[in-house]
Amino acid sequence: MKKKITIMMAAILALSTFAGCRGTDESSVTTDGSTSMEKVIGALGEAFQNDTGISFTYNPTGSGSGIKAVQEGRCDIGLSSRELKEEERESGLSGTVLAYDGIAIIVNPENPVADLSLEEIAKIYTGEITNWDDVGGSDAEIVLIGREAGSGTRDGFESITSTEDMCRYRQELTSTGDVITTVSKNPNAIGYASVASVKDAVKAVTVDGVAPTEANIKDGSYVVQRPFVLVTKNNTPLGDAAFKFFTYVTSAEANEIISAAGVVPAN
Amino acid sequence: MKRNQALEKVIHGVFLLLGLIAVGCVLLITVYLVISGIPAIREIGIIDFLFGREWASTAAEPKYGILPFILTSVYGTAGAIVIGVPVGFMTAVYISKLASFKVRAVMQSAVSLLAGIPSVVYGLVGMLVLVPGIRKIFDVPDGASLLAAIIVLAIMILPSIIKMSITALDAVPKEYEDASLALGATPIETYFKVSVPAAKSGIAAAVVLGVGRAIGEAMAVMMVAGNVPNMPTSLFQSVRFLTTAVSSEMAYSSGLQRQALFSIALVLFLFIMLINAALNFFLKREKE
Repeated sequence: MKKKITIMMAAILALSTFAGCRGTDESSVTTDGSTSMEKVIGALGEAFQNDTGISFTYNPTGSGSGIKAVQEGRCDIGLSSRELKEEERESGLSGTVLAYDGIAIIVNPENPVADLSLEEIAKIYTGEITNWDDVGGSDAEIVLIGREAGSGTRDGFESITSTEDMCRYRQELTSTGDVITTVSKNPNAIGYASVASVKDAVKAVTVDGVAPTEANIKDGSYVVQRPFVLVTKNNTPLGDAAFKFFTYVTSAEANEIISAAGVVPAN
Repeated sequence: MKRNQALEKVIHGVFLLLGLIAVGCVLLITVYLVISGIPAIREIGIIDFLFGREWASTAAEPKYGILPFILTSVYGTAGAIVIGVPVGFMTAVYISKLASFKVRAVMQSAVSLLAGIPSVVYGLVGMLVLVPGIRKIFDVPDGASLLAAIIVLAIMILPSIIKMSITALDAVPKEYEDASLALGATPIETYFKVSVPAAKSGIAAAVVLGVGRAIGEAMAVMMVAGNVPNMPTSLFQSVRFLTTAVSSEMAYSSGLQRQALFSIALVLFLFIMLINAALNFFLKREKE
């Protein structure tokens, strides 16, 4: 009896290792890449799975490894939260923008500062500018509010302002809501949050004179933003299931789900 | 008769099974924590891990030193005890010995209510009232700090300290107090020189229970402490506790970072085991 169980377990284990390799199966869609896209791609995948019954998997590994994975054929669609580089395009990959992730820079409504340049924002977060006086505000120390390590918003903000690992946060909070509440309670605080979740309790400053509206994010004039890109191979056509998924997420009917995930749909 | 015995056995079995569920859970968690906590400590090196002063888990060159978290947890808990124990202890003496029957009933239910408030509510009130309050009163740029966490923790441990101390004080035989009063001591003298010493191991157990509660709290602390992995060198600094170090990064972590978070959990677990051992020690002494 015991022997039988052992053999069965071994068989199941052996099978499950095979299951891991079925990258480009017809009846499933595999995606791999950006951890920042987890929320939006997760919501889309779930809706797609419910509608069509085709199984969907997402492997959060980071933009770089997602692009590599699609190049090597280990997944159907790669996910990247930055534009493809020139050499990546030349190697036979193409990117389709799924959505734009706009990040609003928020301050307390009492704060007189209404506009900051991207450079000023970077200097504030790296501790070069520490007083609101230096950017046209009142004489008070700037309190930097940010997100926890690993958060997609933090990753996005730091990569756009090129302040990776250099931010001198006063508080690292674990949700957008906490950031907004904290900024709304401290007149000297500055924080960042995805544009969709900004409420009246805080003021979103204009960056280089451009307000973080959906239109400005879409046409690229608001700079604190990054694209969420679906990466595919030029010369190999997508499998049936993957093609269905691709058309589904880039169609207008997916826009509602994309907006609900807090980003601006591109199509 | 035989049927009764069989039924007895079945019920015995059911109870045994239910009891084993609890024991099994503890065993499972312990084994899991040890297994998943050891690899990162091995890879980072136990000295670098426990005594490293810098934590930057997602940097290009990650650093995994948890000394700031350990010190913050120790300081935060100590601070909560320094504030919470005198308040809780005095309250317990008042409720147990001095209060009239009506006052006692009202205060006891208030204390029970305090124990029932979810920690996220403490955190929220702390975030909306305490943190801005500290900023204004002490004129610091931001109120989210070690001090805010200490105050929230001090309030959160009050119910356990008060309830346990009351139980210990109530258990002091009335004859002791009567004897003291008959010898001419005032009631207050009697309570502090006779009742409290007689209940001291119960009160010590209450303090240890408070320590356990404070060191294990995550949610409320996360909302008021600021969560930046600084060394706790000032009361007004933004700090991260052992508990919040695990919970704030767990959601997005991967690879060595995730393993290191399990290692932090293991360290926290060891702390709590130590505290439990101390608690058992005091409780046993009280029985004797």
